[in-house]
Amino acid sequence: MEFFREFPSLSRAELASLRRSIDGSFRDFTRSWAETLENFFHPLLRFLVWFENLLLATPWPIILLVIGGLCYAGARSWKITAASVLAFVVIGYFGMWDDTMSTLAIISVATFLCIAIGIPVGILMARSDRMQATITPVLDVMQTIPSFVYLIPVVMLLGIGKVPGLIAVCIYAIPPIVRLTNLGIRLVDKDILEAADAFGASPRQKLWGVQVPLALPNIFAGVNQTIMMALAMVVIASMIGVQGLGVPVLRAISNQYLALGVMNGLAIVALAIIFDRVSQTYGKRLQAHRKGHGHD
Amino acid sequence: MTDTTGADAKVRIRNLYKIFGRAPQKVLPLVKAGLSKTDLLDQHNHVLGIQDVSLDIPEKRIQVVMGLSGSGKSTLIRHINRLIEPTAGEILIDGEDVLTMSASQLQDLRRFKASMVFQKFGLLPHRRIIENVAYGLVVQGKSDADSSKRARHWIDRVGLSGYEDHYPAQLSGGMQQRVGLARALATDAEILLMDEAFSALDPLIRYDMQSILLELQNELHKTIIFITHDLDEALRLGDNIAILRDGAMVQQGDAQEIVLQPADDYIRDFIKDINRGRVIRLGSLASGQAPEGGAVLSGTTLLEDALSQLVDAPGQRLAVSDKTGKVIGAVNLKDALQAMRS
Repeated sequence: MEFFREFPSLSRAELASLRRSIDGSFRDFTRSWAETLENFFHPLLRFLVWFENLLLATPWPIILLVIGGLCYAGARSWKITAASVLAFVVIGYFGMWDDTMSTLAIISVATFLCIAIGIPVGILMARSDRMQATITPVLDVMQTIPSFVYLIPVVMLLGIGKVPGLIAVCIYAIPPIVRLTNLGIRLVDKDILEAADAFGASPRQKLWGVQVPLALPNIFAGVNQTIMMALAMVVIASMIGVQGLGVPVLRAISNQYLALGVMNGLAIVALAIIFDRVSQTYGKRLQAHRKGHGHD
Repeated sequence: MTDTTGADAKVRIRNLYKIFGRAPQKVLPLVKAGLSKTDLLDQHNHVLGIQDVSLDIPEKRIQVVMGLSGSGKSTLIRHINRLIEPTAGEILIDGEDVLTMSASQLQDLRRFKASMVFQKFGLLPHRRIIENVAYGLVVQGKSDADSSKRARHWIDRVGLSGYEDHYPAQLSGGMQQRVGLARALATDAEILLMDEAFSALDPLIRYDMQSILLELQNELHKTIIFITHDLDEALRLGDNIAILRDGAMVQQGDAQEIVLQPADDYIRDFIKDINRGRVIRLGSLASGQAPEGGAVLSGTTLLEDALSQLVDAPGQRLAVSDKTGKVIGAVNLKDALQAMRS
């Protein structure tokens, strides 16, 4: 009866030694590889620092102009442009300019990295069912595992700082772009692909001439989601030494500063809305060709 | 009557089989031994697409392949440029076996020798009309300037000048299919595969497109393989017509042969509502002694076109000549009307 009352499990000593041996071997791995990895990521760190300093050193009116210009180039809407510039003015007026620039720097670099890695992975997934079956569970883990769990090995390997923060943000933010690139390519109309085949298009001509362009609206939805998720990681990244709007939020939590927390939180929300509206209207503009003019 | 078995066959299809399913090669011997399509599906869970089809497609003519939906006609046409791999059989184009071609040879076949027009158009929605028409040329590796010059020429030929910079979604169905036709013609391929190309269009536009195709064919002399489920279209376009049912060939011949000597009830049913006066020609009715004097009609004249002259003729009977102008007999009005009725 004893067997049914308690779940048969490893003994306490066995579990402890198992954990010790895993921790030990990872520590050994850390000792022998940490420096190599640090050197590997060093160019990234330098770029990140350079970009952050650039944003901080540039006079604020120029930054406002550039932001306005980018918003207009993306959305082609004066309303969105004016609202974005106004949001930045308010953020600056309430003393959050420097933190916002730091956050902007890490979000931009993280998004760029996610796109550079995510789109090719998504394309690979779309081209083979086996690849899709292999990568999908990895993406599931990346999206659902609590971020603190993967912060542990990242911090053990790379310590506290910008690069581990960046990696943590990327792990969390990359799945949507991979998934939506894959989906977008798989959803391309079979009749159009058959036509490309019938005219003798090579796989490369099909990919770049037909599949990727027709998947762009979905790929863009993925970029949009990736940016949103990267912003959601700002506070957690600040726990391992990333400068930006997350730091005051963290301070507000530990000291119960309501106003400080809300103000910086709202600044993150403002950034998210600006990114979202600009990238979505841009994505919609890419689909302009789909609309007919009175014909079915 | 057109001789289709001669050496002028551009495309030869020999004993072609296509079975869809998990292990087509395993059930192939059963099908060859005569297992029916329904039994194959019930007992082995395989679908019979094409069943022992042989067809010689003459050069520079329009070969129509007709059948109802599910008869395997669209499957058959996709074998010619190997968009679908056959289970067994042979396909020769200009004597070259399509099935043994390497990937790059096949690519060249599709780029230079056989182009295709689709029922659902298959245009690239993100590219302008001129880029769509130039698509085959760009795939061939032609320069942009050359491609767009030739694309403009073909856009003009199908009557779409002025629409070069529109997107496909801005055009009506009929106009989109003209783009599809121009795209296929622009590659200068000798073989044109048309898969129910006009079936998605409404009847008036369909008739227009048929006229455009016939007009272009008068000049270009392509080898055209035209799939349709519409008998009127088949009779109007086809120099030669093949009729499929359940993936098997039921009958092939020119329009008149099919109307005058239908192979079975399936085809008799098919042709019962057509206007026979627009298919049957005088030559097939000519008999007996020709009357002295009076007009002589060519044997290729359609019955419908000959009626008014027959009514006015003395004794309502006129002499009929063959291709060379030699009188081969005579036709009277009564016989002509009889032939049009039954």
